Amino acid sequence: MKYVYSLGAVIALMLIAWFGSLIPGMQYFFGVAVPYLAIVIFLGGFAWKIWDWAKSPVPFSIQTTCGQAKSLDFIPHNRLEAPNTNTEVIARMALEILTFRSLFRHTKADVYAGPKLTYESAKWLWLFALIFHYSFLVIVIRHLRLFLEPVPAPIVWLDWADSLFEMGLPTLYLTDAGLLIGLLFLFARRLFTRPVRYMSLFNDYFPLFLLLAIGITGVLMRMVFRGGIDIAAIKAMGVGLVTFSPVVSPDISAIFYVHLFLVCALLIYFPFSKLMHLGGVFLSPTRNMRNNTREVRHVNPWNPDIKPHSYAAYEDEFREYMVEAGIPVEKELEPQKEAAEPA
Amino acid sequence: MFNKSLILGGLAVFVLLVTTPFWYGLLKAGPPPTPEPPPNGASVCVAPVEYMRSSHMKLLDVWRDEVIREAKRETIVVNDPKLGTLEFGKGLQLACMDCHSNKEQFCDSCHEYVSARPDCWTCHMTPAEIASKEAL
Ligand code: HEC
Ligand code: HEC
Ligand code: HEC
Ligand code: HEM
Repeated sequence: MKYVYSLGAVIALMLIAWFGSLIPGMQYFFGVAVPYLAIVIFLGGFAWKIWDWAKSPVPFSIQTTCGQAKSLDFIPHNRLEAPNTNTEVIARMALEILTFRSLFRHTKADVYAGPKLTYESAKWLWLFALIFHYSFLVIVIRHLRLFLEPVPAPIVWLDWADSLFEMGLPTLYLTDAGLLIGLLFLFARRLFTRPVRYMSLFNDYFPLFLLLAIGITGVLMRMVFRGGIDIAAIKAMGVGLVTFSPVVSPDISAIFYVHLFLVCALLIYFPFSKLMHLGGVFLSPTRNMRNNTREVRHVNPWNPDIKPHSYAAYEDEFREYMVEAGIPVEKELEPQKEAAEPA
Repeated sequence: MFNKSLILGGLAVFVLLVTTPFWYGLLKAGPPPTPEPPPNGASVCVAPVEYMRSSHMKLLDVWRDEVIREAKRETIVVNDPKLGTLEFGKGLQLACMDCHSNKEQFCDSCHEYVSARPDCWTCHMTPAEIASKEAL
């Protein structure tokens, strides 16, 4: 049921933008005010979140390893699984971020009569996650053509490569298919894998639906509802936004505002949601710490500066009170002090 | 705060990347395109101009399929208030380029702006190419 609420929320956002943008004058709100607000909240929220994470203590060296740590010379060291130097950590992080290496190990658990628990390799999640993330990245980079004038050559090349097969007119982008197929798989996984479905919440479905709606409105306005989608006018608007001299064209059709509004909703939602794994992946201590606990003692940098306090020093400090309270002490009070006391 | 310089450095890189469009042209950008009006003096297109602006590629796609797959080579009639009734063969070179005879000043002016590079001209000839062939 939880996905129904998420779907409802996305549909509500779409309706707001759809009917809102039809009100004369509101194009300025949806085309200029909301995008500016969204980018400010996105950047501010992102920085705040990272700052918050960076402030939390890391009391122990808690990297996860699944390989032999550096040890004696004749024991082979697994440099990627148990990185010992910063370079090795960077290599491990790069593979994690660029190829989702730990997701590649994702397994499927099944319980059989017995009861017997089995694990089997399941690369689907990794494959479709990779397709989705790279398609998304390429689409976002390609979209820069709507904001940059002149369009930088690398974006032109990327556009060319992405429409290499020249299918249809306007040509189909491969990443459009990749984005939608990837998202549909990730959604189907939540829906049809029972354990995953059980633990999926509103906040798991919402970003999926939001991204699906963004992708579908984008593809629809490119391939189907072309009317009122004058890319030259839209680009004039995009360029106006980034040069702080916003212009709105009255003729752009509502589906564009729906697309844009959903993107703004995504930007605003981003820093406060699980989508922050974009920044979080760089900060995860289980990946970004060195596995050198045999050589170097990890000291929590937040440890307060506590001086050693031996029992002897403790007794020196409190001897009078201890004697007074009848607690046995190792060294009795000095006699003259005792003699002086009754006076 | 742990690894302050790394965190701040990473955040700075991220913010710079996200704001690329803002500093890319240092708040200046080239002007929007102004496609040249047809040199032959025509004042209407084959379809309403708003439709042409957004959907001319759809129209070309429909025409291409109709001509090549269904052999519907009917003539296109345009009633121009100044030039009277104009007739064209249905097609990219036959119709569009007859009026918009300067591809570089017309089609390309927009396409460069929005970074669209239709591959049509690897087979179809632009009026300029035809003229240079004929001059040989
Ligand atoms: C008003 C500006 C403008 C003019 C003039 C113009 N185009 Fe376009 N053209 C566009 C835009 C905008 C696109 C769509 C870009 C997109 O959706 O990525 C486009 C796309 C196309 C496409 C599809 C390209 C693709 O790969 O998807 C073709 C084909 C095309 N135009 C042909 C022409 C021809 C032929 C002419 C000249 C007769 C012409 N256009 C003049 C703006 C223009
Ligand atoms: C009869 C001559 C004629 C023919 C044939 C013709 N056009 Fe046009 N076209 C015009 C005129 C005139 C305009 C400008 C109309 C206006 O500004 O109201 C125009 C406008 C356009 C525009 C919008 C340009 C802008 O200023 O935004 C596009 C795009 C376009 N034509 C593409 C085509 C394509 C593609 C074809 C072939 C399918 C074609 N035209 C055939 C005369 C023609
Ligand atoms: C591989 C070569 C090739 C490419 C690329 C190509 N065409 Fe064609 N086109 C042809 C041929 C061949 C014909 C058939 C001409 C005929 O039978 O009159 C044709 C015919 C057409 C016709 C109908 C008749 C005519 O003479 O114009 C249209 C419209 C057309 N093409 C549009 C396009 C558009 C738009 C593009 C770019 C997106 C394009 N073509 C790309 C080869 C090509
Ligand atoms: C999260 C960011 C975004 C995503 C995932 C996204 C997704 C898409 C997709 C999948 C398409 C289909 C065509 C293509 O791939 O180019 C598309 C088209 C489009 N998007 Fe976006 N979009 C995003 C942001 C934006 C923004 C900020 C704008 C505002 C200018 C925008 C405006 C457009 C336009 C005008 C089209 C039609 C392009 C064409 O017809 O060629 N998009 N979008």
